[in-house]
Amino acid sequence: MINLIRSGTLAIAAVAAPAWAAPVRAPAAEAMTAMVDKGDTAWMLISSALVLMMSVPAFALFYGGLVRTKNMLSVLMQVFMIVSVAALVWVSWGYSLTFTSGGPFIGGLSKAFLAGVTTGSYAATFSNNVYIPEYVFVVFQMTFACITPALIVGAFAERVKFSALMIFTILWLTLVYFPIAHMVWYWAGPDFLPDAPTDAGYLWAMGALDFAGGTVVHINAGIAGLVGCLIIGKRVGFGREATPPHSLTMTMIGASLLWVGWFGFNAGSNLESNGLTALAFLNTFVATAAAAVSWALVEQLRHGRPSLLGAVTGAVAGLVAITPASGFAAPMWAIVLGLIVSPICYLFVSTVKNALKYDDTLDVFGVHCIGGIVGALGTAIVADPALGGQGYFDYTQFPAVAAAYDMGTQFVTQLTAVGITLAWSGLVSAVLFFALDKTIGLRATEESQREGLDLSEHGERAYNY
Amino acid sequence: MKLVIAIIKPFKLDEVREALTEIGVTGMTVTEVKGFGRQKGQTEIYRGAEYTTNMVPKLKVEVACATALAPRVVEAIQAAANTGAIGDGKIFVTDIGEAVRIRTGETDDNAL
Repeated sequence: MINLIRSGTLAIAAVAAPAWAAPVRAPAAEAMTAMVDKGDTAWMLISSALVLMMSVPAFALFYGGLVRTKNMLSVLMQVFMIVSVAALVWVSWGYSLTFTSGGPFIGGLSKAFLAGVTTGSYAATFSNNVYIPEYVFVVFQMTFACITPALIVGAFAERVKFSALMIFTILWLTLVYFPIAHMVWYWAGPDFLPDAPTDAGYLWAMGALDFAGGTVVHINAGIAGLVGCLIIGKRVGFGREATPPHSLTMTMIGASLLWVGWFGFNAGSNLESNGLTALAFLNTFVATAAAAVSWALVEQLRHGRPSLLGAVTGAVAGLVAITPASGFAAPMWAIVLGLIVSPICYLFVSTVKNALKYDDTLDVFGVHCIGGIVGALGTAIVADPALGGQGYFDYTQFPAVAAAYDMGTQFVTQLTAVGITLAWSGLVSAVLFFALDKTIGLRATEESQREGLDLSEHGERAYNY
Repeated sequence: MKLVIAIIKPFKLDEVREALTEIGVTGMTVTEVKGFGRQKGQTEIYRGAEYTTNMVPKLKVEVACATALAPRVVEAIQAAANTGAIGDGKIFVTDIGEAVRIRTGETDDNAL
């Protein structure tokens, strides 16, 4: 995933450089017009719609089916409204803070309210002299900003106050998501970096590999969820009342739509429509399948009966794990990653959570954060060209060339990126949750929880028979 | 007049109904109920978290009939609802003091 830029007014292209000509260093916007491929543009718009489908309805249903009947609408509403609010925040200041040059940790406000973004401005891809319309890039990245805060709500479902959650969403996007997305994904682009080798986000410049958002989306949201569920506290009746899922049918529909939508998330993150896109697509398919199989196997061995909830949870863990590696791994290694992630996540959602007694309602930490960490670290291994991986390119050269790959060094880089994300997101999220809890209150009252958030917070019920 | 109340396994309803129709019973009331007896509950596991549900779903069948017919009703239900396993249910018989057909106002045996 990448970034951007160079705006310009809509101009009739100057003589377009034919594909076989020498690449143009730092092309002007007029020249970029001829460097746009309609196939890329179409694929990226489709991908954007697919990623929106991951939030609504996929994640909403996946989560909603897992709560009790009386809280179904609260979860659907939280996800739906977070997506809506995040979209507005994104075009207002999010895009600018994330994808303009500013510093290693955060961008600037030069494109706030999409200033300067026109039908004639372009965003860079991973290839020299290949661009997509900047509006396409804005909308694709918007879907990521929408889904990430929506992931968090699963950790404190069935007890959070709606109004406080909306305020949290705006603050969290601004202070956590945009900086981390900037650190990982912002860079000047392959045609401009050689002349400005320091114009990139902190973690990007360090060489952290995150193809589609393992750190930015999943570790980031996962740790925020953990911190949130600790500060908000356990649900009323936690550990004493049974809280089985109210509709695993919905959860299965949600998980399946996630799998489909994730092709946009991962394969779309290539920003172009080519062989590497297809590799990310295939990896997203097989790693997920492998993780569903390995979770079912774990349950077969442990309980003697493989459950549907286990299979779909495994699938989601597999999707999370392959996300950072999707454009780097060879398919057989993607399968290995999928096989490995499920037992690790299973350990966290069943054993570790019960032992530590935190109430992460829908296992945001156990699946997204842990799965994200497995994926981020695993990326260092599977991206190695010695294992058939894609390695990475040295974009400070023009045109870009394949860089020497050292698995050990890369592993340390990945570990650093994971550590920085955990620390930044964990710390700032804690401050935000704490401040909101002490001011307007984060937690629904006991009475409200007993009645169910659907009625107490939204005045309606999910099912009227 | 007698009221025969049977708690049965849900999937046995069709067989019970057939058996009752055969002996001339013309009406019954069925309710979905939950409860427990010797069968105890079931264990459900969600992501490794075990829940023991101690209430098992059953159907409650109620048949009002003439006193003379009651033994055959009990016999028919007992035969039809039987699987031989724990949890097949129970049958209770009580007296009915009065019965009225709402449409016509007929009473007692004529109302059944």
